[in-house]
Amino acid sequence: MSDHEYTPKSNFGKWFNDRLPLLTLANHLTDYPTPKNLNYWWTFGGILTFCLVTQIVTGLVLAMHYIAHADMAFDSVEHIMRDVNYGWLIRYIHANGASMFFLAVYIHIFRSLFYGSYKAPREIIWIIGIIIYLLMMAAAFMGYVLPWGQMSFWGATVITNLFSAIPLVGEGIVTWLWGGYSVDNPTLTRFFTLHYLIPFLILGLVVLHIWALHVPGNNNPIGIDVKKPSKDTVPFHPYIVIKDAFALLMFMIVFAFFVFYTPNILGHADNYIEANPLVTPAHIVPEWYLLPFYAILRSVPDKLMGVIAMLSAIFILAALPWLDTSKIRSAVFRPLYRQFYWILVADVLILGYVGAMPAEGLYLLIARVATAYYFLHFLVILPILGFKERTLPVPLSITEPVLGGSSNLAAARDDSRLEKLK
Amino acid sequence: MKKFLKLFFYIFFLIPFLPQVHAAEKVEYLTTNWSFKGLFGKFDRSALQRGYHVYTEVCSSCHSMKYLSYRNLAQEGGPEFTEAEAKAIAASFEVTDGPNSDGEMFTRPGKLSDKFVMPYENVKAAQAANGGAYPPDMSVLVKARGGGVDYIYSLLQGYEDPPPGVTLDDGVYYNKYMYGNKIKMANQLSDGLIEYSDGTKATVEQMSKDVTTFLMWAAEPHLESRHKMGFKAIVYLIILTILVYFSMKRIWSRIETKV
Amino acid sequence: MSKKKTERRDFLFTATAAVGAVGVGATVWPMIDQMNPDASVKALASTEVDVSSMNPGKTITVLWRGKPVFIRRRTQDEINEAKAVKLKDLKHPEKDEDRAKNPEWLVMLGVCTHLGCVPLDQKGDYNGWFCPCHGSHYDISGRIRKGPAPTNMEIPKYEFVNANTIKIG
Repeated sequence: MSDHEYTPKSNFGKWFNDRLPLLTLANHLTDYPTPKNLNYWWTFGGILTFCLVTQIVTGLVLAMHYIAHADMAFDSVEHIMRDVNYGWLIRYIHANGASMFFLAVYIHIFRSLFYGSYKAPREIIWIIGIIIYLLMMAAAFMGYVLPWGQMSFWGATVITNLFSAIPLVGEGIVTWLWGGYSVDNPTLTRFFTLHYLIPFLILGLVVLHIWALHVPGNNNPIGIDVKKPSKDTVPFHPYIVIKDAFALLMFMIVFAFFVFYTPNILGHADNYIEANPLVTPAHIVPEWYLLPFYAILRSVPDKLMGVIAMLSAIFILAALPWLDTSKIRSAVFRPLYRQFYWILVADVLILGYVGAMPAEGLYLLIARVATAYYFLHFLVILPILGFKERTLPVPLSITEPVLGGSSNLAAARDDSRLEKLK
Repeated sequence: MKKFLKLFFYIFFLIPFLPQVHAAEKVEYLTTNWSFKGLFGKFDRSALQRGYHVYTEVCSSCHSMKYLSYRNLAQEGGPEFTEAEAKAIAASFEVTDGPNSDGEMFTRPGKLSDKFVMPYENVKAAQAANGGAYPPDMSVLVKARGGGVDYIYSLLQGYEDPPPGVTLDDGVYYNKYMYGNKIKMANQLSDGLIEYSDGTKATVEQMSKDVTTFLMWAAEPHLESRHKMGFKAIVYLIILTILVYFSMKRIWSRIETKV
Repeated sequence: MSKKKTERRDFLFTATAAVGAVGVGATVWPMIDQMNPDASVKALASTEVDVSSMNPGKTITVLWRGKPVFIRRRTQDEINEAKAVKLKDLKHPEKDEDRAKNPEWLVMLGVCTHLGCVPLDQKGDYNGWFCPCHGSHYDISGRIRKGPAPTNMEIPKYEFVNANTIKIG
């Protein structure tokens, strides 16, 4: 992948590298030419890697103490919280880590949407990313079931029942998923197994995601192709490594604040009540990161159509590279798209808000409008915009505007500043 | 950089407002100056000890606390009874153990390693003795209720005569803080109900505060070490962030681009 | 670049790396410590055993901290035999008096000191215990006499609460 052939300095290094080119790989990763104008929104890739590793490590530790049995799961979680050395710390990191993971992934996705990172030649990176996102949702959902509290139990019941919307075979599939006639011990044990498996699938896909990234190289805030290596790029190490480290530390401060001072704020009180198949809690609410999709599900009055709408809302993203017809990648040079982008952000936030509210009256109306707009954005606005929009002139290279004399254009970091210059 | 910092601070300052979003349409709960809130929050030891007193004298006849052991009463960050006191407390309870070599269960005085003795054998027995309502286990009760400590504190003081037009079945009571206002637990606290060994006046308010503090500790026994460790962790992270920031500046100064 | 500037930069990088390493260490520790015995395990210190129905020459095995404890009520012959052994014949010299405070009762962790198997009662060349895993022979005082085990079987902390009850731990 590197443009230059790498030869290790030591004889042992040469001997080893001829047999297993790990050193070539390491050299590729450190020297990997990265556009030097990447802004802080690009640091979330590294932050997400940290999140994944944190979840896997704390998860392994928790699995040493957790008991996947309907009668003992809740007790074993309390055992972790009370008796296991640092058990409370590890569990709170894992529980809040899921939220932090999603926070980071949403920023990562919306960064991609803003700067057009999903467009050719990066479609495969994008699609792998969508698959990772789906697996993350599956892992998060099944992980939430494991403590076997009231929200675990009823969340599992509601989500698995989505499959009953499938005509003819639906009921059979649900029974098969449960391993019984309701969510019970067989469901819990299989969810635990899958919850343990999925992170490693994600890890594998992350490797592919990065591999696919390293073929065309990073997109950048200006969205133009950069020659690499060139004066437009810097080696990944130490430039990007240290910048990622800085951003990661900022992220960890927020993370630590949640873990140490408000560890239960993102969870739901009902999940500290042991699962009871006879009583449903007053409000069933999924974790915050699933709320927009939950709102879409509830906004459709038909059971099957609701499920289809919810799934389409995710799968439509996979088609995004072809739905967006614009030749220009970065929203920096697309004044109209930029406005629609922020409307979409607001739309998703509104969906998230109404997803947490009871599905009735005004909330339901808002949810319906927001759902309709969500699809409108991807299916109508984006394809048309590509043809109609008058884009701004795009510089030829990252350094070009600097050489041209206007000093701040270089990074195109701050698009409002850019606008003023126009 | 500026934008990034801005976002960072938005997130940071939004955190304290999250619970308000959750509690958007709920009743205003009573509150008091809880010693365990805040960055350096700690439990008030004497409140915890008094709270344990209230729990054993009043609550424990119906409510279990199955995740607590007598040893917890002596553990650091808790009521911190001395080991001898905790042993004496444990020994004052009859614990069922066994089977012995004849295959029979027997009772013996409690030990530190024993869990709190439960008032009922099982949920069904608890329901049968309480008119069908199960008095919930109190180990994590504070975390299992939306309003947390304020909710429990309010509920204990929220008994009132029902407003006109509200009829109550037998064994159902009116409480202005209960969800739906109907509660199957009668008002348990009255001024001077128990006598505190430290001479504190046992008003309803005082007992509510003490027992709620005790329940908070029961639900979060490691709260104090969490707060302590959290402060250290965040200070450490800030220092490292500053160091990394200047290292980054220096590395990037090799090329002309700003970070 | 001047020499002074280089030094300052080196110091900054070294300090950053050192502070970072401290943090990594502090983070790793909870992940390691969680595998140590937890608070509930540590609290289970003692077991009480009723020995009122034991006749001389009988051994019972009880569970203490997840391990077997042998309690043997020895006959007078066995006591004499155990006391007669010369210390110089022992791989791990210990007097029988030190192992059994009350010579009639031997209370001993039933775990072979070789690799942790449970030895068999009244087997082996020395009329005591024999470990089937790798052939260690123990005498009637639980002392290693032959085979790969390095030391005598361990004596746990115990006491007679009354004439009929032994409290282990």
